[in-house]
Amino acid sequence: MRKKVYIHDVSLRDGSHAISHKLDKHQIALYCQAAEKAGVPSVEVGHGNGLGASSIQVGFSRLEDIEMLSIARENLTKTKLAIHVMPGFTTINKDLKKAFEIGVDLVREACHCTEADITERHIAFARDCGKEVIGALMMTHMVSKEILLEEAIKMQSYGAEGIVLYDSAGAYLPENVREKISYLVSGLNIPVGFHAHNNLGMAIANSITAVESGAKIIDGAIRGFGAGAGNAQLEVLAAVLEKMEYETGISLYKILDAAEIAQENIIEELPTIKNLSIISGLSGVFSGFSKPVSRVAKEYELDARDIFVELGRRKVVAGQEDLIVEVALDLKKKNSTFNSSSNG
Amino acid sequence: MKKNKLNIAILGTGNIGTDLLIKVIKSEFLHCSLFVGRNLQSKGMSKAINLGITVSDRSIDILEDNPELYDLVFDATSASQHLKHAVIFQKLGKMVIDLTPARVGILCVPSVNLAECLEENNINTITCGGQASIPLAYALGLVHPNIEYIEVVSAIASKSAGPGTRVNLDEYIETTEKGIQLFSKCKKSKVILILNPADPCIDMQTTIQATIQNPDMSAINAEVNKMVSKIQKFVPGYNLIVPPTFEGNRVIMTVRVKGLGDYLPSYAGNLDIINCAAITIAEEYSKSVLLTRKLK
Repeated sequence: MRKKVYIHDVSLRDGSHAISHKLDKHQIALYCQAAEKAGVPSVEVGHGNGLGASSIQVGFSRLEDIEMLSIARENLTKTKLAIHVMPGFTTINKDLKKAFEIGVDLVREACHCTEADITERHIAFARDCGKEVIGALMMTHMVSKEILLEEAIKMQSYGAEGIVLYDSAGAYLPENVREKISYLVSGLNIPVGFHAHNNLGMAIANSITAVESGAKIIDGAIRGFGAGAGNAQLEVLAAVLEKMEYETGISLYKILDAAEIAQENIIEELPTIKNLSIISGLSGVFSGFSKPVSRVAKEYELDARDIFVELGRRKVVAGQEDLIVEVALDLKKKNSTFNSSSNG
Repeated sequence: MKKNKLNIAILGTGNIGTDLLIKVIKSEFLHCSLFVGRNLQSKGMSKAINLGITVSDRSIDILEDNPELYDLVFDATSASQHLKHAVIFQKLGKMVIDLTPARVGILCVPSVNLAECLEENNINTITCGGQASIPLAYALGLVHPNIEYIEVVSAIASKSAGPGTRVNLDEYIETTEKGIQLFSKCKKSKVILILNPADPCIDMQTTIQATIQNPDMSAINAEVNKMVSKIQKFVPGYNLIVPPTFEGNRVIMTVRVKGLGDYLPSYAGNLDIINCAAITIAEEYSKSVLLTRKLK
């Protein structure tokens, strides 16, 4: 019998970062239909930073959360509708209750990799409402496997039915994946997963390493459509796993069709590994920073790479985008001191 | 019983409660007669015992049984617990300063509405992010009533957020949003809280962004600067690091709050600002009570 791997599709959530959260109804409907036809097990939909995140800080979405989820719901039957949730942005009263009324099936309850205890109430609430809940630990390159296991065990104890390690900065190499995934697999009673970013060109290799290390859930995005350099390219994942004789339940031809549809109708620019993505992967900064960093670099006439390196030095996490302007002002000040002294 | 000081009790021995204790010990107007929680082994409790403070692990029960021991109580437990405590203190007729986001009593930002709050017997200090941001939102509202939208993002060091704060994140957001709207009169508000695990710890930082068409920047600067110097009187580590700046269609400003380093290190400006607010309220209350007693 073939071994099973569950592929979770984050295109309509992680991909939102790539188009400044401007998904429209038509795009959501088209892609959900295509994913459903291809037999994708679950589709995550929403603002790049998740439910309730639309803001000046991380960008406004074109549509309200409930509009995005409603249109996705209308176009999904077998494929589960998933949301990304982060305490600090999302609240039960303002956001989760409404999403559950619309009929979300699956919740990715996410937090920075050392903060699992802030997810307790949301996980308990979602489970009480009969939802499937997967714990998502983000920026996992920042800490050891022992700390990751401790945090994952907390989520497991709150009711999470699986744990996914996010390589939010695209900083992992396969040996890091092997070390951390196999350690979690042996320490937990629930399935483990991996969410790759492609900053160093390792997304597919890392995802496959995760599977070989015992991961049962792999995140992918169509054409890699995600923040920064993008995610593990979903249709490539499906193909490689098929070649390796894993069972994903996804029809290869139909997911290739879905990729065409997404490329024509949703993806403005195919993800490529740009210089900034490489720098962000190396400096360990969340890929979602590349757009705002480029914008601020242009505005303040600075080298975006310098901003990234400084952000990495300050160990920023997602949601701290307001630091970009402060770093830019600091660099500007340093530059002008340097210039004036060298001129004088 | 100290003659020239008001007796206060502290309920909750976590980060907030213990830092409050140190501040009360330093205060000219307050005396801590009881420090109560549920666990005599906790870090805060050991600290209090070492300082020679009367402690108890009977939590609310000891306060209910011995109302004569204190005139005012700080509740530094959690929002859900305060809902129960509030009823008991109401019955006992005790002044309560509630540091949880339970929102039972009047919302207080000392630099804006202290006098009005002292008329009440349950005063809520809103949230740490609220204490940092609401005065500035209020200043914006003075210049531009009917602001369309105000957004507040606070980043705090992970280590400065105790278990109480962590389970209260939803209430934190909702209470701060209410406060922003109430004090600034803006139409809509959004609050985001980021726990930052970076080591060394980051100082508390709060960014306020407001959507304003054609802002009067000189009036905004004047009101904001006035407010900042008012706050600095009781929170010395409160600093405007990005002054009001007009960008696109919004006004953005950032404050950084360094704590006094009383119990937790100075990065925990979030604890410091809410506790400084609570102490300011208690001291004002104490002055008025002591004055009345003297007159009698």
